Amino acid sequence: MEVAVRKIGECIERGKVNRTSPYPRDMLGQDGSDELTRQALDSGITAEAILQACNEGMKRIGDKFGRNEVFVPELLMAAKAMNAVMSHLKPYFQTGVVKTKGKFVIGTVAGDLHDIGKNLVAMVVEGNGWEVVDLGVDVKTVKFLEAVNENPDCRVGLSALLTTTMLNMSKTVMGIKSRFPTTPVIVGGAPLTQKVADEMGADGYAPTPQGAVAFLDRGAGR
Amino acid sequence: MRSLLGLLKEGRVLVSDGAWGTMLQERGLQSGECPELWNVTRRDDVLAVAKSYVEAGADIILTNSFGGSPIRLAHYGLEDRAAELNEAAADISREAAGRNHVVLGSMGPTGEISLVGSVTKDELYAGFALQARGLKKGGVDGILVETMSAIDEAVSAVRAAIDSTGLEVACTFTFDRTKNGQYRTMMGVSPAEMAEAMKAAAACVIGANCGNGFDQMIEVVREIRKIDSSTPLLVHANAGLPEYREGKLVYLETPDMVAERAKILADLGANIIGGCCGTTPEHIRAIVRELKVS
Repeated sequence: MEVAVRKIGECIERGKVNRTSPYPRDMLGQDGSDELTRQALDSGITAEAILQACNEGMKRIGDKFGRNEVFVPELLMAAKAMNAVMSHLKPYFQTGVVKTKGKFVIGTVAGDLHDIGKNLVAMVVEGNGWEVVDLGVDVKTVKFLEAVNENPDCRVGLSALLTTTMLNMSKTVMGIKSRFPTTPVIVGGAPLTQKVADEMGADGYAPTPQGAVAFLDRGAGR
Repeated sequence: MRSLLGLLKEGRVLVSDGAWGTMLQERGLQSGECPELWNVTRRDDVLAVAKSYVEAGADIILTNSFGGSPIRLAHYGLEDRAAELNEAAADISREAAGRNHVVLGSMGPTGEISLVGSVTKDELYAGFALQARGLKKGGVDGILVETMSAIDEAVSAVRAAIDSTGLEVACTFTFDRTKNGQYRTMMGVSPAEMAEAMKAAAACVIGANCGNGFDQMIEVVREIRKIDSSTPLLVHANAGLPEYREGKLVYLETPDMVAERAKILADLGANIIGGCCGTTPEHIRAIVRELKVS
């Protein structure tokens, strides 16, 4: 039983989605997270145990990404493997058998259409047990405010790739903070630094997806 | 039509242009607006940017078509106008450049990743081919595929441009310094892997653009020249990473700082030197001056 669960975690870390996936090459023809999760559930392993193994696998790959030992492709494939697990676990979340850690509202700020970084963070955060509300790209402040209003206990993540949209990010941080002072806001994106994040008044800055998870798991601001 | 390789054979280090995006923003381009649409709606402003680089002494100027692939333009619902907007971009730069300067049509990444299936290889190729044909129709001398991070997308763009236009095609990638001091694109590609793959795809000029400023570009050039001493090398570096000061973004590398580093880049074997985000005609003027003296 332990072996089966550990294998799922390994599939997450290596980005092995299913039997037919050609990635990674050295796992060609083996079962992926998709098949293994089905088998595990059928053999009576709890959704909670599977999720725990996945969270650990996701943390391992996220940490490697943070150390620049792997890059975007590896992380994307890990997230894909995680999605396969989640599709099997969905019923357990819906019936409340397993619970998420909380809600994370994320979006790329107004004027910015880049979604790769935002998607990576969303996928890794979700893979670590949070429910993600993805508002997409070019998200105006008012849309973030609506989302916080609908999800009062959420944390918010703002993404920007363009240097120029950092100014919009700053306005959105101020907008959220003035109406919802206790809602934690974390920012990230290529042009950002801790210093810039501090100047904006954000509660946190994450240079990597795993950094965002660490911020959320700390329960910062709450 | 001028040949980029022909001009390089003269032996001198060539100067390319500086940033377009940040220059257009100064003229009122809003974030979230499609820069390529300005080629028809604000033609005079785009032409003014192109001219400012010709007047600064650049040998080569680019076009306002970085996001001109139909896949990218679809974000604005403008995918059906890709051919028109690219042709207009080329036409503007051609007008500014006259016959004595080289015009390279800019083609940037689509923002989609084929590895996870958000776009197919055929869609990438077809989109880049359409863009390249529009640029050729508008009068470019060659194509610059730039800011690439994934080998498959870059190969797709380079091959599509060559196959559909027969023009000279250059390709540059964007590298960041990793925590262990190596240079990699966000997709994990090293300068050596970039060089090998781009030469295999028949790009006639390779190199790097954007990134974290001129100092890091020096290290990237050093790394490429270690494994390849002969392929012409093009670099477009940022004027550093911007800082946020009193509600405004400021790029900290001054024209003088950049010019000094351009000299080092030339000594290390860069053949074409220009700027990316945050550089201005003043930066290009300073580079021209510096390289002329030496």
